[in-house]
Amino acid sequence: MPHRPHPIEILRFNTCGSVDDGKSTLIGRLLYDSKSLMEDQLAALERSADLTGGGQINLANLTDGLRAEREQGITIDVAYRYFATPRRKFIVADTPGHVQYTRNMVTGASTANLSIVLVDARQGVTEQSRRHTYIAATLGIPHLVIAVNKMDLVNWDRERFLEIREAFEAFLPRLDAFKDVKFIPISALHGDNVVEPSPHTPWYEGPTLLRHLENVHIASDWNLTALRFPVQWVNRPNAPTDPHLHDFRGLSGQLAGGIVKTGQKVLILPSGLKTTVRQIWTYDGVLAEAFCPQSVTLLLEHDLDVSRGDMIVGTEHLPGMSSELRAKICWMHARPLRAGMKLFLKHTTRTVQAIVTRLENRVNIATFDPEPDPPELAMNDLGEVQIKTAKPVIFDAYTFNRLTGSFILIEQGTNATVAAGMLHPPSELVKPEYTDFAI
Amino acid sequence: MTSYHLDHLQYLETEAIHVMREVAAEFERPAILFSGGKDSICLLRLAEKAFRPSDIPMPLLNIDTGHHFPELNEFRDRRAAELRARLIVRKVEDAIAAGIAVPEPGEVSRNRLQIPTLLAAIEEFRFDCLIGGARRDEEKARAKERFFSFRDRFGQWDPKNQRPEIWNLYNTRVNPGEHMRAFPLSNWTELDVWEYIRRERLEVPSIYFSHTRRCVRRNGQWLPVTELMPPKPGEEVRELVVRVRTIGDIISTGMIESRADSVDDIIAEIAAARVTERGARADDRVSEAAMEDRKKAGYF
Repeated sequence: MPHRPHPIEILRFNTCGSVDDGKSTLIGRLLYDSKSLMEDQLAALERSADLTGGGQINLANLTDGLRAEREQGITIDVAYRYFATPRRKFIVADTPGHVQYTRNMVTGASTANLSIVLVDARQGVTEQSRRHTYIAATLGIPHLVIAVNKMDLVNWDRERFLEIREAFEAFLPRLDAFKDVKFIPISALHGDNVVEPSPHTPWYEGPTLLRHLENVHIASDWNLTALRFPVQWVNRPNAPTDPHLHDFRGLSGQLAGGIVKTGQKVLILPSGLKTTVRQIWTYDGVLAEAFCPQSVTLLLEHDLDVSRGDMIVGTEHLPGMSSELRAKICWMHARPLRAGMKLFLKHTTRTVQAIVTRLENRVNIATFDPEPDPPELAMNDLGEVQIKTAKPVIFDAYTFNRLTGSFILIEQGTNATVAAGMLHPPSELVKPEYTDFAI
Repeated sequence: MTSYHLDHLQYLETEAIHVMREVAAEFERPAILFSGGKDSICLLRLAEKAFRPSDIPMPLLNIDTGHHFPELNEFRDRRAAELRARLIVRKVEDAIAAGIAVPEPGEVSRNRLQIPTLLAAIEEFRFDCLIGGARRDEEKARAKERFFSFRDRFGQWDPKNQRPEIWNLYNTRVNPGEHMRAFPLSNWTELDVWEYIRRERLEVPSIYFSHTRRCVRRNGQWLPVTELMPPKPGEEVRELVVRVRTIGDIISTGMIESRADSVDDIIAEIAAARVTERGARADDRVSEAAMEDRKKAGYF
């Protein structure tokens, strides 16, 4: 790429806060001030301003896309926005603050490197702020920004800002999450400290929000420690014209962790068979090594029976393998979860039948305390559960690897996605000498 | 020292390949929508990356409105042949003749009539998943799309009842008669598409590059003069140096005045552009909720 000496990275972030904390306005402001808005988008904004806004441009109209939202004045679903600066490209998930839409925040936050929790400077820390911070922590988002918004409405009062900061710092340690946390006083409506530094906050010495988004260190957000290659699709050409491909039997997939090298010894799970990586094949040529999250096709030394849902791992840093799982889940469906419910569980490329055998607790979002033995988990509840699967799942703790530590639950019949799950550490790991016993 | 690091195009590519392989692995009768436009050109390269050295394990499908730019159809047929892919074309005029698509009196645009034609093709081949090149940055309603977008028995999208999509764990399950639309380019922007075309050295139809064309000014746009759309009395026909930025039907695609005649020029032009890609499409400007209405009915 002759035009770009420095590769551009992608940073994914989500915004969350209570209704009217100004999430959509903030995203509108980022787009507007970073000159990511086009003339026709501005023209559409101005048209709708004439109709509904009494003549003033409403930045929130940029992101509140669906008609129902415009009518109700709230964001009801996850909307994705894209903008770029010379340093980074940004994928923004605008996730709702309305209490019954927690599932959408989980959706938007699940792929994020960074979460922005918006707080109204007048309101301070609300139950919603705690809930959103807790969800961001539970989802293992590495970087957190607390944007204290509407500072103009508290006269840019430094004491108020510090008070809110202290209120967060009182409970953040209990969550034991986040590589870094940044507090920024802003006015999304007027643009202070969003892209340009504010003249109203001489007492604030930190970066503007955009500057922080451009600079926060995200290179180590993927797990490169332990090789995890969930087999996604068996690549076996039918009657290939090229005779070299007659015996081609590739295993295609996306690395979910670690690095794989040609010549490396690997273990195939659940069978436990050992073999060596003969070649790392891609359309662009053979690679000496590949890393998470690259998509490649592996050729193995031995012709083994490997299929979708199997996991290829290195001989060090072995995962757990069990049909008895413990996890924290977010329940996302109107029909509540009760013990004994039978569902499909999709984990990496493996979908198995599962029964939720026990509801251990339900988390009280206000106190973060687990309340033991709830009769059910309702929509938007978080809680810890035990699950029995029909076939073993090869997994890691979610805190170790977000890709091999996560699963979704699917209702049988309607096929609705009813829960997002984050696995607890395995009680024991696969043994390196493990081989081929009956499961 | 190796850097274990993907730049933005490599990240978008691996995400898209993962989606395409999920489709191949989890559906019985998928297809790729291929129009010959720039987004679907990227889709085909991603399909090659996902499935080679095997053949692309699904056919290509195109709904031909009869109002396509001829350059586009020529390119579509040639590209499919080069890839040794099976191309299925279903025509709106055949659907009209069969009574599947019914034009309103005086309705010239084939835009709405694509929908029943597409749904009939889905029924005919019993497709359970269609891979499309839609991107979330195109339009407000699309910003809310999932990678895997569920369609009910009537092919309809219900924006209030979407399946939550968490991590990269896609729930691909559908019951008979229902189907899925999969959008591997969800996170790509217009600029990403062109940068990918440049990096992969992909051929695109000639109408993306500047050329001389007779146009008339209508609703603030330059529209190409063709047999389908002769100039109205009093309209001045101008010979302009233009190109297309987004390709719709020949009767509704605004031409932009441009001297960009290479991919590099186009990238420079887009980077400096002050109008979005869809700003040139009359079909979206009917109302603010235009796209939302068409999507609910089964449009892409």
